[in-house]
Amino acid sequence: MSADHADHAHHHHEPTFIEKYIFPTDHKFIATQYLVTGLLMALIGGFFAYAFRVQLAWPGTDIPVFGHMSPAEYNAAITNHGSIMIFWVAMPVLIAAFGNFLIPLMVGADDMAFPRLNRLSYQVFLVSAIMIIVSLFVPGGGFGGAWTAYPPLSAEATYNLTPYGSSLWLAAVAVEFVAFLIGGINFIVTAMNARAPGMKWDYVPMVVWMICIASILFMASVGPLVAGAVMLFFDQTLNTGFYDPSRGGDPILWQHLFWFFGHPEVYVVLLPATGMVAEVITVFSRKKLFGYQLILFTAIGTGVLSFFVWAHHQFIAGIDPRMANLFTITTVLISIPIAEMLFLYIATLYKGSIEYTTPMLWALGFIFCFLIGGVTGIPLGASGSDIYLHDSYFVIAHFHYTFFPIAFIGSFTGITYWFPKWFGRMMNETIGKIHFWITFIAFNGIFLPLFVLGLAGQHRRIYNYEHFPDLSTPDLQMLRVMATTSLLILLAAQVLFIFNFFWSMWFGEKASANPWKANTLEWTVPSPPPHGNFSEFPTVYRGPYEYSAPGRDTDFWPQHEPS
Amino acid sequence: MSENTAHHESHEYHSHAKQYVRIWGILLTLLIVSILGPMLEIPILTLITAFGIALVKASLVVKYFMHLDHEPKFIWYILSVSLAFMCLFFFAVAPDVKNHTGTNWTNIAAIAEIERGEAYGDPAAHHGDHGGEHGGEHGTPEEHGTENHGGAHEGGH
Amino acid sequence: MAFKPIANTRSATGVSTGKLALYWLLCSEIVIFGGVLAGYLMHRLAHPEWAYQSMHTNTLAGGINTFVLLTSSLFAVLAHDAAEMKDGKKAAQWLLATVAGGGVFLCIKAVEWSNEIAHGYTITSSVFWSFYYTAAGVHASHVIGGCIVMLFIAKDAWQGKELHRVEFIGLYWHFVDIVWIFLFPLLYIAK
Repeated sequence: MSADHADHAHHHHEPTFIEKYIFPTDHKFIATQYLVTGLLMALIGGFFAYAFRVQLAWPGTDIPVFGHMSPAEYNAAITNHGSIMIFWVAMPVLIAAFGNFLIPLMVGADDMAFPRLNRLSYQVFLVSAIMIIVSLFVPGGGFGGAWTAYPPLSAEATYNLTPYGSSLWLAAVAVEFVAFLIGGINFIVTAMNARAPGMKWDYVPMVVWMICIASILFMASVGPLVAGAVMLFFDQTLNTGFYDPSRGGDPILWQHLFWFFGHPEVYVVLLPATGMVAEVITVFSRKKLFGYQLILFTAIGTGVLSFFVWAHHQFIAGIDPRMANLFTITTVLISIPIAEMLFLYIATLYKGSIEYTTPMLWALGFIFCFLIGGVTGIPLGASGSDIYLHDSYFVIAHFHYTFFPIAFIGSFTGITYWFPKWFGRMMNETIGKIHFWITFIAFNGIFLPLFVLGLAGQHRRIYNYEHFPDLSTPDLQMLRVMATTSLLILLAAQVLFIFNFFWSMWFGEKASANPWKANTLEWTVPSPPPHGNFSEFPTVYRGPYEYSAPGRDTDFWPQHEPS
Repeated sequence: MSENTAHHESHEYHSHAKQYVRIWGILLTLLIVSILGPMLEIPILTLITAFGIALVKASLVVKYFMHLDHEPKFIWYILSVSLAFMCLFFFAVAPDVKNHTGTNWTNIAAIAEIERGEAYGDPAAHHGDHGGEHGGEHGTPEEHGTENHGGAHEGGH
Repeated sequence: MAFKPIANTRSATGVSTGKLALYWLLCSEIVIFGGVLAGYLMHRLAHPEWAYQSMHTNTLAGGINTFVLLTSSLFAVLAHDAAEMKDGKKAAQWLLATVAGGGVFLCIKAVEWSNEIAHGYTITSSVFWSFYYTAAGVHASHVIGGCIVMLFIAKDAWQGKELHRVEFIGLYWHFVDIVWIFLFPLLYIAK
């Protein structure tokens, strides 16, 4: 190995301290930066969830660590919980961290196509993260107009009472978009152009495809919202009237601009998670991925269809009812490809030799929870039932049954699976499994009661249900307490993960190059991979999922082995 | 394959400067036509000269300056797909923003804004302080406007 | 810092990595401008009274600016032509001419805007003027960004380095030109 390394040095000089830690261009280091930043932001987002859930279960109490919560703080907490979890946790971890780490390794390249652009994208992202944190502490407090930021509430400081917080929030989101546009172009170009010789389109691992499709969806959908954000920013700061009907503007336009991005955004974060699940279930059931091409075309089809469904968020916003009919049809249609994809995963498991390792448990948990999330989306996509369910806790429960599996179960799948490659040591399986089961059960304990509350008519974005006699009955309050208690258990369980993460990083069992006996190219290099990744650039001979191929001694068949 | 062609080109590359200047000449002619077109004050002709010529100009730039037809087909596809998404956005959102009335609703604020704007902008009510060169060139949007307006009153009752 | 990863030099699609990235950049720009223009257009169709506002835009200034941008696009493509002939100095000169074109465009814009603001048509006067300044402003910021990048590329090209980048910045510049080709009738001619 050392000889390989020396041989390698002529085109990859070892980076100096400053090059490695202050201005890194190595894709693995940038991936770690994204991962750590994303997980730290998750702590902030989780803290907000803790604070407002305690307020809902025991209104007016003195929340430990947070203190008494005012209505404005409640609004700021839910708004920033949503924004941070989606833009500063799900996207950096699922797309940027895993995209950076996996794409060059999996396609057999030494780095991203544009390493310095990659570094720039992280730096821009870091600025946006700092901006959103600062926005919580400016005079007037953080923005409280929900992550959708509908005008006129978000546009007029006299309504939202957060003159600085709302503008800073908007600017932070826009800067974050720029970071992901830069990063996304890099991912797509790397995967398209830097593939190892022999790697045909259907030899590309599914997670690489998914991250690229997600980046393309993001790029194609975010543009109008960038334009819309500039317009909203002018409304806030220059007092223009883009979204003010009394001056000739139209607030519905913002809703369209937002959801034209906002709905594809669901698939932007969903697809990388499904890609990681695909990698994990094939390795731990020792079976070929069932219907590689079908899954791929399904993902592309879902991506295209996701551009035709956005107005289902606006059924009661006063949009044209004829449009509502069309969007009902497209919304219900999109459940077909996603269900198909999940059933193809289940078909992959069929007759496999399943091994319940921690990553596999997370992957199976993802399939289970996301199916519930998908099924509960259908009554919301149908305009008739949505009129009742809109803005109720049913929506919140549905949303979290899709986004929690994506953002957390998906991330944990990826982290526990690639941890040996990333940090060179194995994670502790026992702690990992305990962490999985507590998290999984507690997660269902939070959101199953919310479905019931939503069906009982509990409207969301309400600070204190004691003000509404119909909603403050003991049964309903008990469900709220149950959800909050589950949340506290879920948050406490994350200590196990944090401990396992850091303890394993330094004291875990040393990982071999290929601890899971997987086929893809990242497992051919030492763990952790050296700077420049490959001592000898691989050539690819077959697809990534050749497990249990008949007539072979081993049950896996790495992509780079000549037949 | 394409590496070969690129290689080939760099060896036997002949300047296209003359062709570029010729295209530039055509573009300028089109520009003058598009400025002069509206002066005839025929609404349909204004539409053709303004937007039709813009399309022609854009396609000339794409074809001859950006050489898009020498690139692989997929580049053309990705660009047109993003353009198609924008058309989708426009046609799905325009009904909501463009209509100020529906079966059971009226956007009072928007209609009031139109009336205020017309009262203010009408040269009869307001002394026109702009140059004479622009006088009476507002045929097209006004025509659209009347259609909308008519609809507004019918729907309101 | 000057090292290039192998990933940058590979070309599995047959299009060079830089050009591929540039086309994806243009895709993302199409949707950004698409959002502004679609928003403007649907408001324009909804508001007949905007005709009285758009009368006050200066067709002459817009026309001259279109001429300036079209000409600078010609310079950009001539720079590409020179770069193809491996004439770095000539390419750099044409790029500088393109930057000068961008500069003239911005100067005319500045004069035009000061004139309009002096007549009381500011960004808050009405939604028409808000769109007018926002759309043209977003476009102008692309002109400024393009000019800055072009100066760096011209410096490299003068020394005969990275000549392929001349074509990339040219492609970007043509795109900015095309956006203006559509902005011109939308903001100035349709009255």
